[in-house]
Parts: sequence; structure tokens; C-alpha cells
Amino acid sequence: MIPKYSTYKAFLSDFQQGVISCEELVDYYLSQIEKSKNLNIYIEVLEEEALEQARALDNRAADDKKGCLFGMVISIKDVLCYKGHTVTGGSKILEGFESLFSATAVERLLAEDAIIIGRVNCDEFAMGSTTENSAYGASRNAIDDSKVPGGSSGGSAVAVQADTCLASIGSDTGGSVRQPAAFCGLVGLKPTYGRISRHGLLAYGSSFDQIGPICNSVEDAALLLEVMSGKDEFDATMYQGSSFTFDEKNWNKKAKIAYFPATLDDERVDAEVRKAAYDFLEQLKDGGHELVPSEFDLLDYLVPTYYVMTTAEASTNLSRYDGIRYGYRREDVHTLDECYKKSRTEGFGEEVKRRILLGTFVLSSGFYDAYYSKAQKVRRLLSDKMKEIFAACDFIFMPTSPIVAWDLGEKVDDPVAMYLADIYTVTANMVGIPAISLPAATHSNGMPIGMQLMADKFEEEALLAFSKLLME
Amino acid sequence: MKIDKNLILRLEKLARLELSESERSGMISDLKNILDMVEKLKEVDTMGIAPLIYLNEDANQLREDEVKNELSNEEALKNAPDRDGEFFIVPKVIPRVKK
Repeated sequence: MIPKYSTYKAFLSDFQQGVISCEELVDYYLSQIEKSKNLNIYIEVLEEEALEQARALDNRAADDKKGCLFGMVISIKDVLCYKGHTVTGGSKILEGFESLFSATAVERLLAEDAIIIGRVNCDEFAMGSTTENSAYGASRNAIDDSKVPGGSSGGSAVAVQADTCLASIGSDTGGSVRQPAAFCGLVGLKPTYGRISRHGLLAYGSSFDQIGPICNSVEDAALLLEVMSGKDEFDATMYQGSSFTFDEKNWNKKAKIAYFPATLDDERVDAEVRKAAYDFLEQLKDGGHELVPSEFDLLDYLVPTYYVMTTAEASTNLSRYDGIRYGYRREDVHTLDECYKKSRTEGFGEEVKRRILLGTFVLSSGFYDAYYSKAQKVRRLLSDKMKEIFAACDFIFMPTSPIVAWDLGEKVDDPVAMYLADIYTVTANMVGIPAISLPAATHSNGMPIGMQLMADKFEEEALLAFSKLLME
Repeated sequence: MKIDKNLILRLEKLARLELSESERSGMISDLKNILDMVEKLKEVDTMGIAPLIYLNEDANQLREDEVKNELSNEEALKNAPDRDGEFFIVPKVIPRVKK
């Protein structure tokens, strides 16, 4: 579907010429939300609030001091805290929980006069690749509602795809922003680890998690990154260097792009995705850019390493949900231990329990060295390999996903098959580098195919400028 | 590595979770599949490689130990399932001793 506005700039220009007001824009998006109810995108629509925010902005139309997101209508994945609002993480265990503060990223959006239109669905605690693992039901792809939208930020992707907002903020632990963006034909950006504060983001794998935007255009992704990024006293892992600013003019050379022929020729890659990848490379070559075929022998170890480490971090992070200080509690129990056990058992969904138990296993005495410590070493090898490549190249190219959006229910019973679909996205999280998924082609079954570029740490400006060039 | 009911029971205890019998047998086969996948890591030679623990290469960020950003008692208790205005209430921890 063609969005009413595919960039913020296009809206702003209409707004300035008096073609549309903020209130009319919110009205339009609310009517789109109403039309797309079958896709199960929103956990909560903040109808009255968004309209109020819009009216307040309209009253300030003549004001000189307007935020740089003035009137930009945004939805947020329901793992981001928004003061005075519920946050569920797609889980029953947080039923009724109301945030006492806003995530730093959300606060910064509001400070620049963005309008938050609602909280969107996701896999429970961001664990999943399809947005089927939610206590609030599965979301569906707007192109074909028998297909998944991807995940875990699936609600965010469909929210933009179905034109119910201009952009959505998701989180990416192993591809959760890029893969749904690819499945829905959108732009999805995972910034460098430490670029955007994780304060107020429900934690899954703390050394992997990063907040990122899903939108129609590269320029909006850059704009949102400018606003959300930068030092924050609440997150000790923040990058302390200079803050991110975007000027596409800072990129004016031919790029050197590494790619791994072995990963493209792998039998697990859908034939049409492979063809789209080679077409993409061909286009780069025609554009005068240099392609560097490279060796990459760690491909088969990415997903196992990723799952050992993230489940370990998840089992630790999710120990906070114990039914005592907040969230769901099972009543009529007689001991504290029973209270923990019953509350967690009834509050968490199946996939979350699976990952907690796997994480508990890899961290338990006797297995720690064989699994967790081993995975940390493989992570170092991968990081060294990427450093070596970026010493000689500007970008690394890979498809975003080896396959396109599949049918709802298709992989639910086979966690390993589902995990393997993450093969191209987990690298960026393991190493902490930025990566972007760009809409590149359409499969013969009608579903979008996304292609991915990665850059060295804190090289988002080059990554975004080059991506923008390619999209044009 | 033997994945059996006893291992699952031990993990349940450690993670404060409780599975039904059918979930337990499902978990045994899931865990087997996942560990088969993870076993592949043994093929990688990591002799002499230091584990990668911190992604951020910046030096540690220290700050003054000041009291700020406090929550009021009321706010802190707001989301608690059971409270009495001053404290979180939990089920009895120490059982009554029978005389």
C-alpha cells in the first residue's frame, strides 16, 4: 500500500502550506488503525491523548520554537516504558503494570514534539521471529494476512506497513527490527550498541539489545536516530564519544563492500532471495562500487552462539518477574517459593519459559564453561573477523533473512527452524555494529525481500548516507 | 549429555518454573534439538582466545554517589499485587512452629 506520507519532510511541507493539520493527520491514522483491526497491530491505541497532543501542536503552529519531530506520529513497541501508561512486553506477567518513568528514547521523541499514537504488539519480551508469541494474539502481515509480519517488532512493522503511523520504534536483539522491516517491505535500522540508551527498555539480552526505528524512508530513520541517540546517565553502556548527526553530503565516495559468496550460495537460502541478493550486488557494481568477495567460516556458529548468550542473559534478566513488587501474582499460595513458582509459571508464555530454562541450563554449574564461556570466545573471534573486514571495507552486505515471510503457525512447533531464520541478522548484535535492512525486491509470492548493509561501530552516518543513495 | 526428566526438574527448580508432564516431555525434545545445534560450537578452536564480555570499549563510567531520581513510597508500591501502604506483602516465609 502507498502511504499517505512516506517521509516526515513530506508531511511537514503539507503542514506548513496549510494542507493538513496535526489533528487531521492523527484522525487519518486513527481511521487507518480502525481499518486494519484484523491485523492485530495495537495493544493499546492512545486515541484521546494523541488527538490532544495534536491539538496542542496545532495551537503552536505559529510558534518559532518547534521540535524537530513536530507532529510526527509514532507508535512504540510494547517493551518501551511510557510514563503513566501500561507496558506489557506482550506478556501476561506484566498485566496492569504502569510505567513510573519513560524510556529515555521515548522522552526524547516527546521532547521534540512527536505524537505517540499507541503501543504495538510484539513477541513476549521480544523473544520470537513472528509476533505470534504474544499474550495479546498474533499480528498479521498487511500484504497477505495469512503470513507473519516477522518479529519480534512485528507490530511496529505492520503499523508502518498498514499506514497507521509514520514510524515505529522497535528493539533489536538478534534482528527484531530488521527482519520484520524486511518482511513488510520497510526500512529498519539497528544502531551501534551504546548509541541509544536502553533505560526504560524491558531487558532481554542486555549485551545485545538496541532500540531502533522502522519507517518508510532512510532519511526518517536518520532523523529518529539523531533524536533518540546520545549519552544518558541511566545507561552505563552508552557511547561517550560525539553525538550522532546526519548529513548525507558527508558521504561522497565510491564504497568498498564485502560480501560472503558462501553465505549466499547456502542451500538454506530461498532461490529468489539469492537472486535478489546477486541482483543487488550487480547494481552496486554498476554504480561503480567495489565488491570484495570474502571468506566467512563462522556462519554455522552464529546462531548457536547467539542463543547460548541471549538465553543466559534472559534467564538472569527475567528473574525480576517474581510476582512480588509488580506484575501478575497467583493468589491462594502458602509459601514464598510457591508464590514465585506459580506466578512465573502462569505469567510467562511457552517460548519465554523455554528460553529461561535453556539459559538456566547453560549457566548452571558444570555446563558454564562448555557453553557460556565457549560462546563468549566465539563472540570474540567473530568480533575480530569483523574488525579485519572493516579495516579494508566500508560495508558488509548480506540479505536480511534467508527466506520471506512464512505462513502463520508454520514454524511455531519447531524452535530450531525458527532460530535458523535469524542467521544473517545476529552478527550485528553479537559484535555491536550498526545494520540496516532496505526493501529490495518482491518474491513471486508477493512478499517483500529485504537486503542488509552493516558498517563498523559508530559509522551510522556513512551507512545511512550510502543507503539513502541506493534507495534513490 | 543426558537430557532427561531429572535434568528438566532441576532446571525448573533453579528457574522457579513448573511444567506440566506434557510440557516436560516437549521440553526434553526441544532442549535436545537446541543442544544438538549448540554442540556445533565444539568444532571451533578457541584455544588462547579471551572471552568477549563487554561490547563497549569505553572506559568505565563513574559518577558521584548522590541520592537522586528517587521514587516515593507510594509510587514504588503502586504496581505491587499486595501491599499495605508502607510495605510489599508476601506469603509467610518462616512457618509457625508447632508446640
